[in-house]
Amino acid sequence: MDSRSFASLRMTRIKLIRFTAGEIYLEKFKLTGVDLWYNEFKALHSINMSIGANEITAFIGPSGCGKSTLLKTLNRMNDLVEGCKITGEILLDGRNIYGNIDVNLLRKRVGMVFQKPNPFPMSIYDNIAYGPRTHGIKSRLKLDEIVENSLQGAAIWGETKDRLWRSALSLSGGQQQRLCIARALSVSPDVLLMDEPTSALDPISTSKIEDLVTELKQKYTVVIVTHNMQQATRVSDKTAFFLLGEMVEYGETDRIFSMPKDKRCEDYITGRFG
Amino acid sequence: MKRDYNEKIMRVVFMVSALAAILAVGLICVFLFAGGVPAMFKIGIFKFLFGTDWSPGNTPPSFEILPMIVGSVYVTAGAMLFGVPVGIFTAVFLTYVCPKKLYKILKPAVDLLAGVPSVVYGFFGMVIIVPFVRNTFGGDGNSILTASLLLGMMILPTIIGITESALRAVPSELYEGAVALGADRERAVFGVMLPAAKSGVMAAIVLGIGRAIGETMAIKMVAGNQTLLRMPGEFLKGVRTLTANVVIEMGYAEGLHREALIATGVVLFVFILLINLLFSVINRKNAQ
Repeated sequence: MDSRSFASLRMTRIKLIRFTAGEIYLEKFKLTGVDLWYNEFKALHSINMSIGANEITAFIGPSGCGKSTLLKTLNRMNDLVEGCKITGEILLDGRNIYGNIDVNLLRKRVGMVFQKPNPFPMSIYDNIAYGPRTHGIKSRLKLDEIVENSLQGAAIWGETKDRLWRSALSLSGGQQQRLCIARALSVSPDVLLMDEPTSALDPISTSKIEDLVTELKQKYTVVIVTHNMQQATRVSDKTAFFLLGEMVEYGETDRIFSMPKDKRCEDYITGRFG
Repeated sequence: MKRDYNEKIMRVVFMVSALAAILAVGLICVFLFAGGVPAMFKIGIFKFLFGTDWSPGNTPPSFEILPMIVGSVYVTAGAMLFGVPVGIFTAVFLTYVCPKKLYKILKPAVDLLAGVPSVVYGFFGMVIIVPFVRNTFGGDGNSILTASLLLGMMILPTIIGITESALRAVPSELYEGAVALGADRERAVFGVMLPAAKSGVMAAIVLGIGRAIGETMAIKMVAGNQTLLRMPGEFLKGVRTLTANVVIEMGYAEGLHREALIATGVVLFVFILLINLLFSVINRKNAQ
């Protein structure tokens, strides 16, 4: 990151302090010198960045640039990948998530929505209740409440309230993805990671999800990986551009798309490659 | 023109091959029912199926097979009791836990288990399980329990193989989805993956039942083979299954005795038909 974009980042932080007094951590994640290998292949090169709380940060870049990989380091989903090794430091609210922490609690705090909607083959209700049940909530009343709140939070309550006991697979693709967002909300996370959440959806479903993401920012920190640059400009506050495992440029979304500093970033945004 | 000719010939060859299987099943049906059903009527269907006295040597002889039907059911149910949990856990282990190096040894071992001749299982049962049951639980060791244990082992490859492939067919996205909610591996597997593979697991169980109920040689060697009606609590006593009944007496049976044994085969065959029907119903549900 060059000094000017860092300055602009600091400016935002000052703004944030002014508007959200009492907020303790203004930067949700702080990444320092993050390198990642898949066996011999180095997929991320020394990533340094700070992700603001209650902001929407978009990761863009061509396929294979490492943006999804970086996203998955934030809730340690890369632990599932054999041969994956990470060095450097990732702080969440000041604590190193690769240090001595409970990974399951980390994933409860940092929820994830996947590229392909992946509802469990069970009822809508049980899909949402799975997370809270995992974390020990058994009371039916409490579960009912969580299910309703989560579905409402994901703007799908109206469509599902009369068929909570129907299979989640009976929903359309767009509905399934919103159900998955609701499922992620059910364990009351701080952060939502979204890995190209609309790439498998039609334009109408996509715009519904985008509206939802904008709304979610009130309560959650959102990090979204997207192939769609219009989507990044529509929803995100900050954008980071990745290429070949490096973070090439990072800053305010408006600035990145209007005055990219790096030639490679400009070329990508203007559609010269990628 | 020549190609057309070839194609016609091949079509006939395929057709004949396919018909051979159908013909075989058809002939078995005809033979069994023609040979067995008249005896059932002679003895009286109700008496044959629900009477408890099998004494072919008496005058007049008595052919009633309830003890054997019940015996087959006990031994099969017992085998399920041992084989299903162990098989499912093994499949989960193979799919989600097993290190690759161990898998390369374990998987062929399981497959080999399927290829062991049943008489070898029988020897194993006689030499290992019978004394084990005798020394641990009492009785003479040739018992329902022994047969169930042995049969449970024999159906393991069926249950493991089908459950494993059902689990592997569940998209890994579901596993990731569960883990991303903070579920640990056990919770993800038993809460999401196994229920998602439910119908495959059901198919595994049904096929296991089919395999268990038809097993003959190994069971005959360890089950004691008494033609007595046993209560469920008498699992340390011996029992005779439908299959064992046929194999033990067929060699010297004549006349009505012989026909009654064929009728025993008919009953077994009907059991198998029902199980296969159940299996195809489950499969059809899978396809939907």
